[in-house]
Amino acid sequence: MTKLQEWLSGGGILFAIWFYLITSKDNNDFIRDNYELILYSPIIFIILFGLYAATIVLYRVYTFNDCEEAAVELQKEIVEAKEQLVKLGFKLQEKSK
Amino acid sequence: MVHYQFYLSLLLVLSITFISPRVSHKESLNIVNDMANEEMRDSENKYSILLPTYNELENLPIIIYLLTKYLDKSGYDYEIIVIDDGSPDGTLEAAKQLQNIYGKDKIILRPREKKLGLGTAYIHGIKHATGNFIIIMDADLSHHPKFISQFIEKQQSEDFDVVSGSRYIGSGGVFGWDFKRKLVSRGANFLTQLLLRPGASDLTGSFRLYKKDVLDKLIKSCVSKGYVFQMEMIIRARELNFTVGEVPITFVDRVYGESKLGGSEIVQFVRAMLYLFATT
Ligand SMILES: Nc1nc2c(ncn2[C@@H]2O[C@H](COP(=O)(O)OP(=O)(O)OP(=O)(O)O)[C@@H](O)[C@H]2O)c(=O)[nH]1
Ligand SMILES: [Mg+2]
Repeated sequence: MTKLQEWLSGGGILFAIWFYLITSKDNNDFIRDNYELILYSPIIFIILFGLYAATIVLYRVYTFNDCEEAAVELQKEIVEAKEQLVKLGFKLQEKSK
Repeated sequence: MVHYQFYLSLLLVLSITFISPRVSHKESLNIVNDMANEEMRDSENKYSILLPTYNELENLPIIIYLLTKYLDKSGYDYEIIVIDDGSPDGTLEAAKQLQNIYGKDKIILRPREKKLGLGTAYIHGIKHATGNFIIIMDADLSHHPKFISQFIEKQQSEDFDVVSGSRYIGSGGVFGWDFKRKLVSRGANFLTQLLLRPGASDLTGSFRLYKKDVLDKLIKSCVSKGYVFQMEMIIRARELNFTVGEVPITFVDRVYGESKLGGSEIVQFVRAMLYLFATT
């Protein structure tokens, strides 16, 4: 089963449950009492999920490690590399622009 | 009520289909076998490092210096394969100089006439690799050679088929990214994790170690070219039940040379993601 099929079947089943609930309002007290909530539950769910996604993504953006040490270390190593390469007989060329 | 039972059982079936692909892919027999072989194999292991280059005149000497520095220290057997695509800046001449310094057995040049793209550059390089492991990394100093020994240790710890560097876990991270680039990266990552559930946290990173035969199989099963190729490789790995280990890496944005990332990459990325979503 491809991921698309998984999503479609998952969505289809949830839709079926939702559809069953809103169409059997007449023979169930619980559904009648909470009809509005059940009717709008897909939209509520999507909004809540969107908020969850936005929170997670923003949280991860702000906690994304800034590897300053790695950059500093690399700069040092670039200097070291150039020195050592020249010693080994390498002719460094700068890019001509 | 019959209706409720019907829907409940449907729900159960659904949750099983969702959970089943997550079951561990590891064949326990393999572990036992390989543990017995590990010591023997350690001395035979050879790591072929693929360095695709296009206009990396300033970066190539430095990355090669750092590679030899760290790998000589760790004592693993290795070779560096440089695949230059006819860079107009003279990267190939620099590579030839480096070959003279470090030796023809350490630095292997496999140039091509013109820029034919990254995906095919890897395929071209692998053809000439003599190692039983392949390491793929960028030559632009974004990927630091110091992580290679961690990749190798990780691979050996559970005999992983693939070890992928990840910017998104543990001590991993990035340097030189502004808010927008982080947002795009994290957003794209969230979406792909949600839709594709790949079992690896960094899909677009290209710092990885593969068993050679595994990489051959993965490449054969990949259809995309260009930079989304990296994402497809890890998805195919999941599809073919290969095991993937992860090592946190730091990614330092290129110091020298021009970035080739543009709007067309984002379009490519979305297309590849939807393609994989519908087909795997
Ligand atoms: N042989 C070959 N190498 C390439 C080609 N395109 C890119 N490369 C190399 O592949 C590596 C990754 O390319 P980059 O340009 O760094 O791509 P990126 O990391 O997505 O983007 P930036 O680092 O932001 O530029 C570098 O070592 C490049 O020199 C190509 O067409 N042929
Ligand atoms: Mg790069």
